Amino acid sequence: MKVLTTTALGLVLAAGMAQAGCGIEGGSVRILANDFDALGLVISEAEACAGDGVTVEKNMTTEHKALQVPALTVDPAQYTVAVVANNSIVPLLNDDLVRPLDDLVEKYGQSLQPSQLIKIDGQTMAIAFMGNGQHLFLREDVLEEAGLEQPTTLEGILEAAQVIRDKGIMEYPLAGANQAGWYLGNEFVNTYLGYGGSFFEPGSAEPAISGEAGLKTLAMMKAMYLAGDIAIINQWGSMVNGHVDPDGPAPQIGEATVLAAAPTVGGGDTPAAALWWDGFTIAKNISDEDAEASFIAMVHGIRPEVAQQNPSAATWLMKDFTAPDTAKGVLGNAKAGAKPYPMSPYMGLMHTALGAELADFMQGKESAEQALADVSAAYRTAAQEAGFLN
Amino acid sequence: MRHRDFAAFILPSAFAMVLFIALPILSVAVQSLFVEHEQVVVTVESCGPFGCETQEKVDTQATAALRAEQPLGRFNGLGTYLNRAHLAVDEIGVILSDNDGFGDVMARIYNLPFYKALAFTLVYTALVTPLAMILGFAVALGVNNIPKIYKGPVIFLSLLPYIVTPLIGSLILFWMINSDGVIGASLQWLFDDPELSLKASPTLTWVTLIVYGIWHMAPFPFVVFYAGLQTLPQDTLESAMIDGANRWERIRYVVMPHLVPLATFVGLVLMMDNFRVFEPIIGFSSEANATSLSWSIYNDLNGQVDQLFGSAAATSILTMLGVIVLLMPVLIRTWREFNRKAH
Amino acid sequence: MDSKLGQSKPLMIATGVVLVLWLIAAAFPFFWTVWGSFKVQADFFSRASFWDAIFGPATTRQTGGAFTLDGYQGAWVEREFYRAAWNTVIVTVCVTSISLIFGTLGGYALSRSARKYTMWILMAALVFRAMPHITLVSGYLLPFFELNIWGYLPTAIIVLVAINQPFTIWMLHSFFQSIPKDLDESAMVDGCTRFQAFRWAIMPVMWPGVITTGLFSFLLAYNDFAVTAMLLNQDNQTSVPKINSFLGTVQTEGTIMYAVAAVVSATVPLFILVMFFQRQIVSGLTAGAVKG
Repeated sequence: MKVLTTTALGLVLAAGMAQAGCGIEGGSVRILANDFDALGLVISEAEACAGDGVTVEKNMTTEHKALQVPALTVDPAQYTVAVVANNSIVPLLNDDLVRPLDDLVEKYGQSLQPSQLIKIDGQTMAIAFMGNGQHLFLREDVLEEAGLEQPTTLEGILEAAQVIRDKGIMEYPLAGANQAGWYLGNEFVNTYLGYGGSFFEPGSAEPAISGEAGLKTLAMMKAMYLAGDIAIINQWGSMVNGHVDPDGPAPQIGEATVLAAAPTVGGGDTPAAALWWDGFTIAKNISDEDAEASFIAMVHGIRPEVAQQNPSAATWLMKDFTAPDTAKGVLGNAKAGAKPYPMSPYMGLMHTALGAELADFMQGKESAEQALADVSAAYRTAAQEAGFLN
Repeated sequence: MRHRDFAAFILPSAFAMVLFIALPILSVAVQSLFVEHEQVVVTVESCGPFGCETQEKVDTQATAALRAEQPLGRFNGLGTYLNRAHLAVDEIGVILSDNDGFGDVMARIYNLPFYKALAFTLVYTALVTPLAMILGFAVALGVNNIPKIYKGPVIFLSLLPYIVTPLIGSLILFWMINSDGVIGASLQWLFDDPELSLKASPTLTWVTLIVYGIWHMAPFPFVVFYAGLQTLPQDTLESAMIDGANRWERIRYVVMPHLVPLATFVGLVLMMDNFRVFEPIIGFSSEANATSLSWSIYNDLNGQVDQLFGSAAATSILTMLGVIVLLMPVLIRTWREFNRKAH
Repeated sequence: MDSKLGQSKPLMIATGVVLVLWLIAAAFPFFWTVWGSFKVQADFFSRASFWDAIFGPATTRQTGGAFTLDGYQGAWVEREFYRAAWNTVIVTVCVTSISLIFGTLGGYALSRSARKYTMWILMAALVFRAMPHITLVSGYLLPFFELNIWGYLPTAIIVLVAINQPFTIWMLHSFFQSIPKDLDESAMVDGCTRFQAFRWAIMPVMWPGVITTGLFSFLLAYNDFAVTAMLLNQDNQTSVPKINSFLGTVQTEGTIMYAVAAVVSATVPLFILVMFFQRQIVSGLTAGAVKG
């Protein structure tokens, strides 16, 4: 609810500034994006640039990942802007469908921070505007009742859960990923990064997950694999508003929830959570005029004021953004040195293989070694088909 | 009917099917024989809001040159069909040559994604098709007996499981069978087992999905059979009554034979739809315990950011072949009947 | 005719019991949903107990009353569900009518020709129906983008019509077979062309079968997700993809109660439709007596 009211507020403010026309001379802006509120806010700001020969169209859909490659492959591309994250930018890069933005940044990107530029091999390929990641949501009331400090490591969380259970406060105080598929794969990615593991042999697409870090990761995931009432969860930063919303589903729980950076694991100091960004790319197969108009409109959509006026809508990456409490978790992760979700060309294939093949292990149907061997085999099959391995 | 008249009448329908189904099937079949080009990968530094990393990226120029040479990709023959994600011939060879007995062979074959999906798909089709037909038939008999005034609302209520979009239907049922949900909690009370959870074990997940399938599909045979009951040959029924046949005997010897043609049609359609089972697997988040062929295709196309078109194409063709095998007996029978009639 | 079937007491009781159990199973989840659509998410999807969904303690706490229209308000007003509903009306009406026009013509031809190719067409249609829709749809994307026809309602409509054809021509083919051939043949003896015979001799008696087939075409178009979600842009989105967008994504929470309210409201017109057509549905299949 809160996000929506801020969205409405943002719209009203944007309407007041629309006359500025964002300084675009003409062209067509066509935006493809996922469908959630924070993106809606940015896009509605960008829409305020319409008028005077400038058209702004949008398509916000949960199916954006399936649409983006064919839509940007055609010439001229169906969309001039594709809003992406670190994983969904990869297919666009692999197929060379987005253009380098360095010239445009130099000309129109004064309001951007250097850290917002996603540079690949020295070229700016995307502009990030919000961060995300999973971090701890803790029930302070439950921890207090159990006489516990805030845990900061995965091992500490397991101990805390044991204490809470032993004292009879809650039967299942922890929630880990309990679904196969993307979520399960993601849990592995997070924990594995915490152990400092790398997914591929350096410089090649060969999988490298079957080592000690992989086995430790699985052992840890299994220990976390419980469901039920929840006192401690590792949850997306973008869901903070839903959890702590005083008008939300469970206000008494929201009040008692504290946010903290993701835990570390195995004595390491890297938080066990991948960092994500959402940003925009500009299509390659469009006229320079449209590209320029699109860039200006999107930069207008993510100007620092948008973040300042809607501080709780997301963990913004813009200049002069004073992070409210809701952004603490994600920023805490970043400060503690969490690793970004890998942008490597074959990470998506690895993620799919993890999601599909780990479920048997989690249910105790096979050994960790077998599960990792299955993941490698499934990944290898997919990577061969995609042309990364022979 | 003259060829020209026939062509004129069938044209719109045939045109739509050729353009939007036959041609795509052809292109899917061709696609399944190819894999992507070798991708030229280079190691570069990439930077973002969270620091810099050395990372690989595809050298798009070098890859584009390869692509221009062979636009369809590398020819792979039946390679995709035989790889681990599909028929897995090499893996099965290994399992068969080195194993600890039948149970081990089965368990290890089931561990391969295609066979895991195929196993559930077949069990689901084999159980849901007949059970939904029986349930639909029983309900049709029941509705046939009630006073006319109630028939309209009863038909509407009976159609509900078929009408409500599976997307939401399965989501709501998923919550209802939760251990705190109304159905889950009632079952716990009924079986006096507070630990009972329909989501926990693979067997119970299968049972849940199959019960859902029957519930969701039964309205279709119900409507068709109910209509069929309205056309019962009255004279045959009457002579059966004069011969002293009781109600069950009349159903067995008059009603059922009358409904056989309908049942064939319903069976064909149900079998095909069940073989493509997909939505409940997503709705009940049951990927861990039960997958289907359609789910594998979805996973290749939409599961992640990368789309494996070749793999999805191969699974689709295999799905089609599977349906053809299942329908074969019916197809052959229809073919024979047709030839008999034509001569 | 009902009386002739229903005289054995035990069997009547047995079918009656089955019917009652079935009605509970079929309708209970729906009524549960209708009731729950007036609650807040914390009640309808309560982690604590299902009694919350019945009594709604959180609803009372959050809104001051035991019932709330928040879900409906959110879906229809805030998220403009009426646009999607209107697009659904356009899509279902067009898909049903075009499917039936194509299908009656094709089904009629198939039922009146005894040549071998009719059988091949029918068999091919069955095989076509076996193809998973999602594969077909992902193949359409690139050509549709290239032709610049992606995203528009007519594109999705014609695709749904095509996907729906195999079922439609099979059902209508069986239906026309049960209409005596003498009817149109005598018209042709009187000097009508084939089309005139179809128009004046067959069309007047075909409506029951057409309406029944139409019901299933209608439901296919109404419930479709695979085609409409991938082939329509946001302005032309239909109800089911819209409802799906209420459910949220991996990283963001959805507004599930909007989805629940939208589903309930989308069922109301169907109730009216079924009540209106139920007689024809039954008599249609009667006349058709679909022959496998």
